[in-house]
Amino acid sequence: MASLTTDVVACIECDMLQRIPALPPGGTACCPRCGHKLASCKPGSLERTTALAVAAGIVFLFTNVEPLMTLSVAGRQASTTIAGGAWQMWEQGEKITALLIALFAVIAPALQIGFMLTVLLSVRRPPAPRWVGTLLHWVEIAGAWSMVEVMMLGILVSLVKIAALARVVPGIGIFAAGGLIVLLAAMSSAFDPREAWSRVRWANGDWPQPAPPSPGPGAAEAGR
Amino acid sequence: MTAGARTGMREGFVSCEVCGLLSRPAGAEEPGHCPRCGAELEFRRRDAIQRTWALVIAAAICYLPANILPVMRSTTLTGVEPDTIMSGVVILYETGTWYLAVILLIASVMIPLAKLASLAYLLVTVQRGSVRNNRERTRLYRILEIIGRWSMVDVFVATFVVALIQMKPLMSIAPEPGVLFFSAVVILTIFAAESFDPRLIWDSSQGKQETNE
Repeated sequence: MASLTTDVVACIECDMLQRIPALPPGGTACCPRCGHKLASCKPGSLERTTALAVAAGIVFLFTNVEPLMTLSVAGRQASTTIAGGAWQMWEQGEKITALLIALFAVIAPALQIGFMLTVLLSVRRPPAPRWVGTLLHWVEIAGAWSMVEVMMLGILVSLVKIAALARVVPGIGIFAAGGLIVLLAAMSSAFDPREAWSRVRWANGDWPQPAPPSPGPGAAEAGR
Repeated sequence: MTAGARTGMREGFVSCEVCGLLSRPAGAEEPGHCPRCGAELEFRRRDAIQRTWALVIAAAICYLPANILPVMRSTTLTGVEPDTIMSGVVILYETGTWYLAVILLIASVMIPLAKLASLAYLLVTVQRGSVRNNRERTRLYRILEIIGRWSMVDVFVATFVVALIQMKPLMSIAPEPGVLFFSAVVILTIFAAESFDPRLIWDSSQGKQETNE
């Protein structure tokens, strides 16, 4: 069936049919009609993404365990973590907002990193089982709702606001959050979803061996 | 290249929104499931225009209380003071950190408005079958998908201010319902952008070309 080649795609943003050419390492293919990025060749993508995902996982722990900031006023001290902020919202009666904060700042990034690691480790020996495809879909969903960078801006603004009222000291959590933003961005841009999808067993049970795009260094398996 | 291009729908192919695989649908009415990932296939996102309009209108309704109602209430020894989004911007401006005031003004007030206006513009042009500025309209849609989340900044600010300033009876800050409406605006606009289908922008030029041929 001609439809089962993965080189011919319809652009997801304008539906134009086109063949993705063999790409040089680091090259990208864009839709000529609407400019949407269709594919990119990232040699060693899986290894690099795994390294970044492990690092992001470690930094994520620090971001959530360490206090973001500590304030002292009139001899009293208070500090908060991300979960502490969500908890205080819950306590004060804004329960939906508390859940959203927990979802966007803690749960979604945790799932994004966790699912990504699971996918990356499972596709090392293709074909990966079908549930890996489901997780691959969830990496994307979790990533869309993970808002660590927005939270960071919120922390900085609240830091300035509080500094007008009391003495406030940034904690390790803030610096860890800064690192987490960089690692998450690097992880997402290093990841090649087409490569990962090509290693997952199909829903209909078969697994068409993807033809190597070009025998040279452009082959996605080339590694470092 | 711009009009009358060979599209998936015209050639009878459907592309999976989950994994990107192009396949032959089971039928024109019921395209069936993607052979690779098993997701349900659709030529175009279902009821994209109606759903997007509904979410845009819901978000516009929530936008008013989000900006009028206070998001925080500070209680000090001298009394109780409510704080809206705008008054928060004004206070930041007056205390000398004007750049943060500008960032907050853009993120909380202007981005949601711009997003609602842009979505309405995309919907109206698609419904009128416009064939102009397709590339620019697609780019506008892409920008909408990226910037929407930044409106959430103010909810995070409120969260961390509330979490830290709990020094009763000296000074304490509590959240107010404005925060809920504000998060509602952000989430509704994110869902609105997601339910719109940028392929609709290109479909009308497809039709025009075919009638010209």
